[in-house]
Amino acid sequence: MREAAVVSEPNPLQRIPGVAIVLVLLIALFSAIAPGFLSVANLSNVLVQSTILTMLALPMTLIIMTEGLDLSMGAVLTLTSLCVAIVSLATHSMLLGLGAGLLVGAAFGVANGWLVAILGIPPFVATLGTLGMAQGLSLIVSDGQSVVGIPHSVRDIYSATVLGIPVPIVMALVTYAAFHGLLYHTRFGTYIFALGGNREALRYAGLSPNKLLIAVYALGGGMAGIAGLLMTARMNSGHPTAGLGLEFDAIAAVAVGGTSFERGNGWLLGTLLGVLSVGVLRNGLNLISLPSSVQVASVGVLVIVALFLDGLRSRA
Amino acid sequence: MTDISKDVMAPPRSFLSQDAIQVFYRLLAALLICAVLAVLSDSFLSLGNILNVLRQASLTFFIASGLTLVVLTAGLDLSVGANVALSACIAGTVIHKTGSPALGILTGLACGGIVGLLNGVMVTALRIPSFIATYGMLWVLNGLTYWYMAGETLHGFPAGFRQIGSGYLFGLPIPVYLLLVFLGIGTLFAQRTIWGQEIYAIGANPVAARLSGIPVAKRLLLVYTVSGTMAGLASIIFLSRLNSAEADIGESLTLPAIAAVLIGGTSLFGGVGTVFGTFIGALILTLVLNGMNLLSVSANWQPLVTGIIVILAVWLDMKTRRRAQ
Repeated sequence: MREAAVVSEPNPLQRIPGVAIVLVLLIALFSAIAPGFLSVANLSNVLVQSTILTMLALPMTLIIMTEGLDLSMGAVLTLTSLCVAIVSLATHSMLLGLGAGLLVGAAFGVANGWLVAILGIPPFVATLGTLGMAQGLSLIVSDGQSVVGIPHSVRDIYSATVLGIPVPIVMALVTYAAFHGLLYHTRFGTYIFALGGNREALRYAGLSPNKLLIAVYALGGGMAGIAGLLMTARMNSGHPTAGLGLEFDAIAAVAVGGTSFERGNGWLLGTLLGVLSVGVLRNGLNLISLPSSVQVASVGVLVIVALFLDGLRSRA
Repeated sequence: MTDISKDVMAPPRSFLSQDAIQVFYRLLAALLICAVLAVLSDSFLSLGNILNVLRQASLTFFIASGLTLVVLTAGLDLSVGANVALSACIAGTVIHKTGSPALGILTGLACGGIVGLLNGVMVTALRIPSFIATYGMLWVLNGLTYWYMAGETLHGFPAGFRQIGSGYLFGLPIPVYLLLVFLGIGTLFAQRTIWGQEIYAIGANPVAARLSGIPVAKRLLLVYTVSGTMAGLASIIFLSRLNSAEADIGESLTLPAIAAVLIGGTSLFGGVGTVFGTFIGALILTLVLNGMNLLSVSANWQPLVTGIIVILAVWLDMKTRRRAQ
């Protein structure tokens, strides 16, 4: 099902309807049935809560564009969040904590990339294995307990503002800008399109698809490290199950956002709208007092529907 | 079935084939682990511990045996653990409400089977890649189970029902007898029936299988339904062994089941593997985890070790296949 060479930006007219309609419908639905949904406080809450997911969904988009998948992202985020908590607790330094999270996250990313690219293990199994490893390490370093008493410098990141905008939103916007620049305006971005669409072309051009793949997965791990800092700041603690399952929300955002699982083309703005759709869905269900278990199930349904539509489109 | 279909099918697998050699290596590995554990721990060779290992292995095997058929078709079912949890909670409720274990067992099996059928529909009719479809199903089931249980625990079942998971017959735990029964059925089905051979053929080459007249969609529906039903069976054993049901009992079951299938030599790429291999895989994994337990390694290490084993198993499989080519 591969198209010849997809190196241009996708035709937005073809895509915008799908994910934008989902988002508008969800907003309309919850405005009607959920009291307080449209308040400024709640909407800004949705945005702030979507920041961690944005940081996972953007690299997930690139990984899925290479016809890959990273199921370990939520577990790696959990581990990096714990690393941030433990290191910042020991050193009283937010930056050292962030450094530790980045390092551990990137190491897992490189390991994922190595398993997929060099050993040739199918991505969903390779990252399922590293999911177990990250989950196990989270339990081991925390001994199954929460890490509490982290310094204020970490906690403040989640509540501080720059020019009136919460810092997490600033971080998410910077991340989006960086990924947009990387994917659409650098050579590396073009190579990522080729990794999914036409890997042979990369080889003929004298490039190493394996190294590029490892770089893409490492980027995902590193972003999980940065998101780990936000997670620790948000919970004001490190918890051994904090981020489990978040990779699923990320996959949901990518799928709803119109990135194809079969054709190696991706669309970052779609992913961003997908993240907001997932955020609005969870927030709205929360406002009408449905438990988080129902939110999880609805995201599951959202993914299956999105993938079904994606399958229809790729056959059309 | 026409004669043409037989040409493209994988050759019938007997116990003297390439598969037999692979299984033999794995049996050796299991014996080696036993020898090491017998040296390291005094209590390993006690009758109680060995029966415990067999019972644990049988629980993993029930889930992994149905999963083996799915993997043989080059698919994957990531929802098995969540399926066990939902089926156990629903079956437990039925037993509590009606007081009838038989009705509960039927409900558990049916619930598992329906979930499996839905997986099959997503893979065949909606054409969603199996690992994503069943991964979505995992979270749907998780959500449903947590919502249904609302933090409650079902506890206390009739003594007769509890015998299924914790009772003994002629000195052996009852799950071990069930294990032998399903090992036999699974092996006969996969190796000695046309449907079983068609499943191998689909995994080896889906296009050739379709062109030779194998009803691919129907067979895929069958394997996903069987996988779901076996998860339903596992849920009954769990329920009866633990004498309680909670929403989170399935979370630690999927990875070990996949590990058992892969250690047992079933290839992720389809068409290669045996149900008997999966039994050995379940035994090896259980021995490793049991050994860690006996050597007082914290249970926190289990996901890490299982994850490493999954990756090692796939890597070894790919290496031996490459050499064979």
